[in-house]
Amino acid sequence: MGVRRWVESWPLYRQLTGTDPLGRGAAAKSAGSLSLTARTETADSMARSVCPYCAVGCAQRVFVKDGQVTQIEGDPDSPISRGRLCPKGAASKSLVTSPFRQTTVRYRRPYSTQWEDLDLDTAMNMIADRVLAARDETWEDVDDAGRPLNRTLGISSLGGATLDNEENYLIKKLFTAMGALQIENQARI
Amino acid sequence: MIVIQGSNMAEAHPVGFQWVMEAKRRGAKVFHVDPRFTRTSALADSYLPIRAGTDIALLGGVVRYILDNELDFREYVVSYTNAATIVTEDYRDTEDLHGLFSGFKEENASYDQTSWRYEGQGQNVPPRDTETQRETAAGLEHESHGAPVNGQTQRDETLQHPRCVYQILKRHYARYTPEMVERVCGIPQEKFLELAEAWTRNSGRDRTGMLVYSVGWTQHSVGVQYIRTGAIIQLLLGNVGRPGGGVMALRGHASIQGSTDIPTLFNLLPGYLPMPHHADHPTLDEWVDSIRHPGQKGFWGNARTYGVNLLKAYWGDAATADNDYCYGYMPRMTGDHGTYQQVLDMIDGKIKGYFLLGQNPAVGSAHGRAQRLGMANLDWLVVRDLFMIESATFWQNGPEIETGEIVPEECRTEVFFLPAASHVEKEGSFTQTQRLLQWREKAVEPPGDARSELWFFYHLGRIIRERLATSTRPRDRALLDLNWNYPTHGPHAEPSAESVLYEINGYEVASGRPLSSFTEMKDDGSTAGGCWIYTGVYEDGVNQAARRKPAGEQSLVALEWGWAWPANRRILYNRASADPDGNPWSERKKYVWWDPQKAEWTGYDVPDFEKGKPPSYRPPVDSSGVAGIAGDDPFILQGDGKGWLYAPTGVLDGPMPTHYEPVESPVRNPLYRQQANPTRKVYTHPINTLNPSPPEPHSEVFPYVFTVSRLTEHHTAGGMSRMVRPLAELQPEMFVEVSPELAVERGLDHLGWAYLVTTRAAIEARVLVTDRLTPLRIEDRIIHQVWLPYHFGFEGLVTGESANDLFGISLDPNVLIQESKVGTCDVRAGRRPRGQELLELLVDYRRRSGDLGPHYPPQVTTDVADSGRDREV
Ligand code: SF4
Repeated sequence: MGVRRWVESWPLYRQLTGTDPLGRGAAAKSAGSLSLTARTETADSMARSVCPYCAVGCAQRVFVKDGQVTQIEGDPDSPISRGRLCPKGAASKSLVTSPFRQTTVRYRRPYSTQWEDLDLDTAMNMIADRVLAARDETWEDVDDAGRPLNRTLGISSLGGATLDNEENYLIKKLFTAMGALQIENQARI
Repeated sequence: MIVIQGSNMAEAHPVGFQWVMEAKRRGAKVFHVDPRFTRTSALADSYLPIRAGTDIALLGGVVRYILDNELDFREYVVSYTNAATIVTEDYRDTEDLHGLFSGFKEENASYDQTSWRYEGQGQNVPPRDTETQRETAAGLEHESHGAPVNGQTQRDETLQHPRCVYQILKRHYARYTPEMVERVCGIPQEKFLELAEAWTRNSGRDRTGMLVYSVGWTQHSVGVQYIRTGAIIQLLLGNVGRPGGGVMALRGHASIQGSTDIPTLFNLLPGYLPMPHHADHPTLDEWVDSIRHPGQKGFWGNARTYGVNLLKAYWGDAATADNDYCYGYMPRMTGDHGTYQQVLDMIDGKIKGYFLLGQNPAVGSAHGRAQRLGMANLDWLVVRDLFMIESATFWQNGPEIETGEIVPEECRTEVFFLPAASHVEKEGSFTQTQRLLQWREKAVEPPGDARSELWFFYHLGRIIRERLATSTRPRDRALLDLNWNYPTHGPHAEPSAESVLYEINGYEVASGRPLSSFTEMKDDGSTAGGCWIYTGVYEDGVNQAARRKPAGEQSLVALEWGWAWPANRRILYNRASADPDGNPWSERKKYVWWDPQKAEWTGYDVPDFEKGKPPSYRPPVDSSGVAGIAGDDPFILQGDGKGWLYAPTGVLDGPMPTHYEPVESPVRNPLYRQQANPTRKVYTHPINTLNPSPPEPHSEVFPYVFTVSRLTEHHTAGGMSRMVRPLAELQPEMFVEVSPELAVERGLDHLGWAYLVTTRAAIEARVLVTDRLTPLRIEDRIIHQVWLPYHFGFEGLVTGESANDLFGISLDPNVLIQESKVGTCDVRAGRRPRGQELLELLVDYRRRSGDLGPHYPPQVTTDVADSGRDREV
């Protein structure tokens, strides 16, 4: 490599003499960076999504390779966010791929000092048992004047404003049919 | 002109804030009002520091400034608001009654609203007494429609009648002078005048101003009235229904708007229909009449249709005209069944089971200790979340373990932790803060046992229905007759979210054809629809929320990106963007107008008005429903078609906002003898102790004001951020911001430790000494405010003590939201005591503040005559 070639390989030299005075494009490139490909280009698929944090509703593009989320970026098509994401939205790939996520059911018996494992089907059936029992034990048919109540005050629920409209719809529908009134949401809080 | 108040938009809604900066670049003036100087303040043209909890005094000052100088947008005000409407002779103002309105009933601390009515409003008595309305948070029902009034009102369009709303408003705010604003809020008069001047200058045919708020306004014992005051200003200045105007609520969670529209709230059904009340709504007809108010104008006149469609969506074939569409299956409210009442009932052992669905009340709700002790006294708890949050591990790692208040071996609560699917592992729609639905595609399968809520509730319902299949008990009919047939797919039998959206949208029963508008709904059972305001989102069988036409390929209003309720309208009440004759107010502010050639409304947005109703239309006498709305009445869901400067009914704490001090305040109300909101919701439970405030003695034990809010890098109770590496790294530790002056007063060192004490809790945090907080001069004393982030808890990659532990529980009477933006506390240097010593510290504070038993400040203080001074302490 001649001296000239050697000097030209310095990003700073190219930044000062070339067409990229801010050093954010051509000047910053190297042989190594030229050989890289963006994860967005090699993805198998891309899903159009929305940031799960605040209610601005920034649009996201979720890139997937081999069944794994490899990148989440702001969607430049959005008239709301124009491709931008704040630190939370930008961290949402770390959120969904976090090694700290719980991916199995955990169970704590009454008076126990530790968690145990539990099979999902078993958990679902145990929860159904408890819901039905709590409902039966606390059922109220009518009030003192004989007017209908059709309800249980033995069951409560709270959450979450990161649920989908379709989810909230089914939650309210099932609980209402069950007579469970005490259904609340972050939207109160 | 943009006023941001009760919101730190640059840090809490950063990407939305880019539009504030765009406006600023084009010449808009930006004002920020906040107890703390933030990045929003740094980017604003002007910053006004304010004492937390005094926003109504400031805004009332702006109302007075507008009226005294006659700076209102008169044409708009006369035609589109109720300024000209005359109120009954019986009405008495807070000016006459030391801070109470007429009709106050001391025995249940609520108002009889009869004397607030319009002259000639007739016997249109609210269907439920005010106490019941408070218990059932009835104010929430008005999100999609106004409170009841019937149409035949008397008006004086010269605005001179002494009992017209304009004059009443003027008298009500007469004492909210710049001097008074300074005394109450600590805002220098020239700063106040700068704001009032700029706001009023940006009003009229050519100009508009926008108001932005967030939970800094709502989480107060007078929260609803904060927003009403903002709305009054915006109506007086002609800033509602017009581009560049409005009152913008920045909501804090991806689908918190959707969670109110399609609520999981105890008092609401989808589309703001009320949950039936046992005494007021025993039958379908009574329920419907209580919503539509026979004789009332506006779209709410079709309430029967909306109600029948919901029942039909719920109970399908079983719902027929003969059985009142299964109305009898509905559970009935008897009072307050809200989340705070539930927690107290848990402590008292009345509740058996609790579901937490992506929610972490151990950190995120007021009075964390009450939350945790409640959860420790259940039969069972189901936590569905991405991570092991504090609300799942309180029995193991909570702060009450150290004090001995929770002992794992003695804690009976059985806990199920079920992992949840993330936002990329399921499909569905979020409704963002501007009522816009956006559909998310599913990217990947959820890992392991993780499942969506849709899966969990569909299958829980399926299992329960199978268990009860042979039951003949009447109580099980509602479950067995439930329309619960959703197609499933994939390895885990995931129900189809689109099929649920289709049901929400509504369909013709016979053909299955999706409805395109709620005006297609019928009240005879031939159509079904789960949420009338969302009808149209599945028009033509196309998921309209999934539309993603790039912004650059469509108009600025972007009608083909997602879908906004109702009917894909982006600005509500946009009829007001045209003058009474239907012409744009100006070329500059053109948005929706009447096209006389085509004889229809047209414009850049979907007109929020009957398309063919001309501006000249005048309703026949005694008409009601939609026909009762005149061609120049833009507020089509209000009972009189007008924007309400004065609420003759429906707002439980008064027809106009009034400055009350927060429930916990170091200051005696300088405006009235009445100290705090007399109608606030109070819980007299032993765990809910409150710090004393004037006129009671001993408020000096808790001399400082504290407030809490968000950091950019964390999200609410931290369940989606303290467990995420980059976010945890960026904001690794709990801290408290104090002014240099307070640091000197309390001997606090920058980066050292301090602890804050209330009668509920003591929590410790690292000290950040910063002039972002300014001591305020309030009358003849200095008030110090401190600020804390509320995201921290004892689980996660980064931990810290929870600011919400400091709060007691006091609620707004209209919607039962808690006052968790302001309280009083003491601040001390160093680490807090541990274990038993901590409990002793709290006992000591309670003893010194005058009461060892549970303490509840008096609701009514009008008999204490020393208004304006705090001398007895
Ligand atoms: S990226 Fe930030 S501003 Fe946008 S929705 Fe997410 S949290 Fe809100």
